[in-house]
Amino acid sequence: MTAAVLLPVGATFRAVAMTVVPETAALEPKEWEVLERGVEAALSQRPETMRRQLVLFLRVIEYLPLLSHRGRFSRLDLAARLAICRRLERSPRLLIRRGLWGLRTLIFMGYYGQPAVQGRLGYRAHPDGWSARRRGGEEAASDGAVPTDL
Amino acid sequence: METREYDIVVVGSGAGGGTMAAALAPMVSQGVRILVLEQGPRLDPHEFTGSEGDMAGALYEDQGGFLTADGTMTLAMGRLFGGSTVVYTGTSLVAPDHVIREWYVPGLEHADIEQRCRKYMAQNHVHYLPRVLLNDNNKLFFTGCHRLGLKAEQFPLNVHGCKGSSLCNLGCPNSAKMGTHRVQLPDAERQGVEVITRTEVIRLEEKAAVVRVHAKPPGAKGREPEWAPGEYRINARQVVSCAGSVGTSALLLRSAVTAGVPGLGRGFTCHPAQILVAEHDRDITNDVGHPKSYYLDRARQEGFVLETCMYFPFVTAKNLTGFGPDHSAFMTAFPRLQMILVLACDKAVPENRITVDKSGKAVVHYTFTPAVRRSMVAATRMSARIFFAAGAKRVHAPPADPCLIDRQDAYRLDDLILEEHFIPGRLSISAAHLMGGCGMGPPGKGVTDSRGRVYGVPWLRVADASLFPDSLEINPYLTIMALADRVAEGIREDYRR
Repeated sequence: MTAAVLLPVGATFRAVAMTVVPETAALEPKEWEVLERGVEAALSQRPETMRRQLVLFLRVIEYLPLLSHRGRFSRLDLAARLAICRRLERSPRLLIRRGLWGLRTLIFMGYYGQPAVQGRLGYRAHPDGWSARRRGGEEAASDGAVPTDL
Repeated sequence: METREYDIVVVGSGAGGGTMAAALAPMVSQGVRILVLEQGPRLDPHEFTGSEGDMAGALYEDQGGFLTADGTMTLAMGRLFGGSTVVYTGTSLVAPDHVIREWYVPGLEHADIEQRCRKYMAQNHVHYLPRVLLNDNNKLFFTGCHRLGLKAEQFPLNVHGCKGSSLCNLGCPNSAKMGTHRVQLPDAERQGVEVITRTEVIRLEEKAAVVRVHAKPPGAKGREPEWAPGEYRINARQVVSCAGSVGTSALLLRSAVTAGVPGLGRGFTCHPAQILVAEHDRDITNDVGHPKSYYLDRARQEGFVLETCMYFPFVTAKNLTGFGPDHSAFMTAFPRLQMILVLACDKAVPENRITVDKSGKAVVHYTFTPAVRRSMVAATRMSARIFFAAGAKRVHAPPADPCLIDRQDAYRLDDLILEEHFIPGRLSISAAHLMGGCGMGPPGKGVTDSRGRVYGVPWLRVADASLFPDSLEINPYLTIMALADRVAEGIREDYRR
């Protein structure tokens, strides 16, 4: 599902997502839904002008490579897409840098904010803290790195 | 619009408002009617799940992503019952003597601040965590500092029954953090102070606050508001604004009755911060245990403070510079990551200020001064040295290009981490210590006097971090409590006369 804000620029959004988080290239349709639902939820809290700017920025990204790469962004390979995004990230224009920073942040939120993804990274924070680790058979804290005069 | 009558209205329930509520609460038994207004919701303990995606929207203004005017920094502001005292890590330091002296506020002495801080340290159960509860992320910081001959100091914390969830910044799921939501506000409510949540203060009028109580959105966390949704005019003999640096400044700026106060919105500082990350060869305990146990104070020498920290996957991803395969490789190393938070001790400058837009919403203008850029770069170099001294195999240094520095290049840090790579809009910079906007000072220079009385507006006081005439160099919450305690003392004295 590509929801309201992203709908007209869905292909570009996914192409940018697969560029900034290469693992997303392997996402199943349902996993894309989860990612995009998270992004849409965040966008729904933002002003209308910001949502419009995001769509405009994605359109610029889509058509910018026509000049340099003779193809639209969403049809380029990963290396070419990375090169374009890196150029935008280092643009002398603050507006462009900000735009890319904001877009990547949204994608990170939609992807890394998911509990399933966090689990795959090995992130194991638990409300029970040390007790949860002890239940898993681990020591409270390892002392290996601590100098004796601590 | 319904009108209600109170004697004292307190705007905000964080370090300033919560303290104010408790300090004034004994007056309720003498017939003084006190009301606290909080913009955010009141959450019950079971609602603090520790889930990153779940909590950010419930706890923070703009989900934690409030942007400065040019979009180069995000500001974190807690927006719930208890304010930012719910979402910070509980570090409890007394303001340095030299900082209070250099504020040059007539009538404000460091000894007075310190004495009041000690009172709240006792009230909030501030103590040092036993070392057996410290995790590897913190111990490695200590180790790295130790090997470099630097003196890392342990943070005193305001926790009681900490289980080491590591989830402080998402609100403690075990109610262990002694914020105003756990200590001062319940005490004030027991004594008869009323607290109304989901209440936005639209503007101040002469001896009154015009507010809008919002209904609980469907599916949102938190309780229903205590009053029926709608607009109210609340008359009061005294209004105390404790809505934080940005909130109080914006409220006074959008209220015709105070908008003309000279200096309003000026002197904004925020300790701009960057999260630095390093990878070790082995897994370390980083996502269990209190996240912030040590700090290295280089404020006087080099204008920065380093603190241990540990953030959640999305916040970590956001704060790493760049994207693509290198970024992903760092993220998949999560169990091996060590983190340091760099805080620049910025100084008040004219261009950094708070204004409001046409709708009355706060706009924060912030430019990274050359001094702040230098401090951030120096702090990154020192952090990288600490990481490598602690055994890290590579370091992510935002003001380097490329950002990843391997151990074999550790001897070249001064050549790799450069001010020219400090590029706002490319780097992720955030701030949570928001200060200034209604600075204390002498008449003609300050917005308020040293007791928070707004010059020219005798029914209005301020009692939050907006009072700071300049930055503090440490976490501000205890100093805010001390100042709120002073302001409350002044109100009590006025009532006795």
